[in-house]
Amino acid sequence: MNAKEIIARRVALDVRDGMLVNLGIGLPSLVANYLPDDVDVFFQAENGVIGLGARPPEGMEDPDLTDAGGGFVTAVPGAASIDSAMSFGLIRGGHLDMTVLGGLQVDARGYLANWMVPGKMVPGMGGAMDLVAGARKVVVSMVHTAKGEPKILPECTLPLTATRRVSLIVTEMAVIEPTDDGLVLREVGPGVSVEDVRAATAAELHIVGDVPEMRLT
Amino acid sequence: MKTAKKPRELAEMVPEGAVLLIGGFMAVGTPERMIDALVERGVGGFTVVANDTAMPGHGIGKLVTAGLISRAIVSHIGLNPETQAKMIAGEIDVELVPQGTLVERIRAGGVGLGGVLTATGLGTPVADGKPVVEVDGKSFLLEKPIRGDFALIRCKHADYKGNLDYALTAHNFNPIMAMAADTVIAEPQEIVPIGAIPPDAVKTPGILVDHLLSRGN
Repeated sequence: MNAKEIIARRVALDVRDGMLVNLGIGLPSLVANYLPDDVDVFFQAENGVIGLGARPPEGMEDPDLTDAGGGFVTAVPGAASIDSAMSFGLIRGGHLDMTVLGGLQVDARGYLANWMVPGKMVPGMGGAMDLVAGARKVVVSMVHTAKGEPKILPECTLPLTATRRVSLIVTEMAVIEPTDDGLVLREVGPGVSVEDVRAATAAELHIVGDVPEMRLT
Repeated sequence: MKTAKKPRELAEMVPEGAVLLIGGFMAVGTPERMIDALVERGVGGFTVVANDTAMPGHGIGKLVTAGLISRAIVSHIGLNPETQAKMIAGEIDVELVPQGTLVERIRAGGVGLGGVLTATGLGTPVADGKPVVEVDGKSFLLEKPIRGDFALIRCKHADYKGNLDYALTAHNFNPIMAMAADTVIAEPQEIVPIGAIPPDAVKTPGILVDHLLSRGN
């Protein structure tokens, strides 16, 4: 199982029946593939749909129905189409139960940086700042290191996305919860030791009792 | 009764240096024929307020390629390398605004509010130079309203009175922008008789709309 599948499977276990969930582009969007059968949720695409469905068959695309990455989608039965003010009102107003975003860096305070690399990549924040500031639960899903370099740091060196602590960090190596006392290692990835995680993490990790291996189904 | 005007006639109303609010999310829900008419006319120096600058060859991307934009107030430019190149070359001044903040600033401009208080952007580069206001012990950024000289709107139907409805994720910024400009130009997919859009389905009342784009060129 590759790193992305491990991460997506683990995040999917935190999705509860009846939630409204926003999945970011790329890795986070894979979470939808691994939801348990008995979990019925609505996915929000912040460009304006509650109840995002799968990609339509070839040739059946509706040019007026895309996800926030611009890809063609469908809407599930019970879906609602909304404008951007309603969409972000839901996000900021605490009506979005969970958002799953990618990350460039996360730090010991639980602050996320995921929208720009000065001088290299300035795509803009899109909806990321509103999602991190407003969603009830913010899950960062990312591979643990970038080209061997730690992404979980004492303090982010990239511009922050928000100064609100994220709820959970899920990588292929670990599940980490930012708390008042710093980052707590809650689970380790398949075949990964606590020492492996420590070696790949620049921020201090707190260990409370035995750290179980993450479940994936 | 509104009159439907040809794209060329409407483009000629837009003077050099105008502030344009343009609907759409990655060109979904963008008034493409109106954009084409502006490109054909070739008068520019516009300040464009929009979610994003789309992709080259699509929607607002066509205005970027034609060199008609001098300032862009947007949440995302990541899918348009031309915008990024022109930003770096100093040809386009880009102000990046979180998506939810952007739509709410436009809404404030349209509904007569003096600004918006939002937690989005606190502690990030977005907060630079902006007042922080405390309300009941919580901190918020003060974000100012935005208005345009023109709003260029894409809708699904318009009736002869200018009442508008929208399709699926092609709502996005359109209904909000229709409140926030001195002159509102709507490009409908279909123009239908009065009554064909039931009052409950009208998202933008016709009193807000100044001009309809005719179906033919």
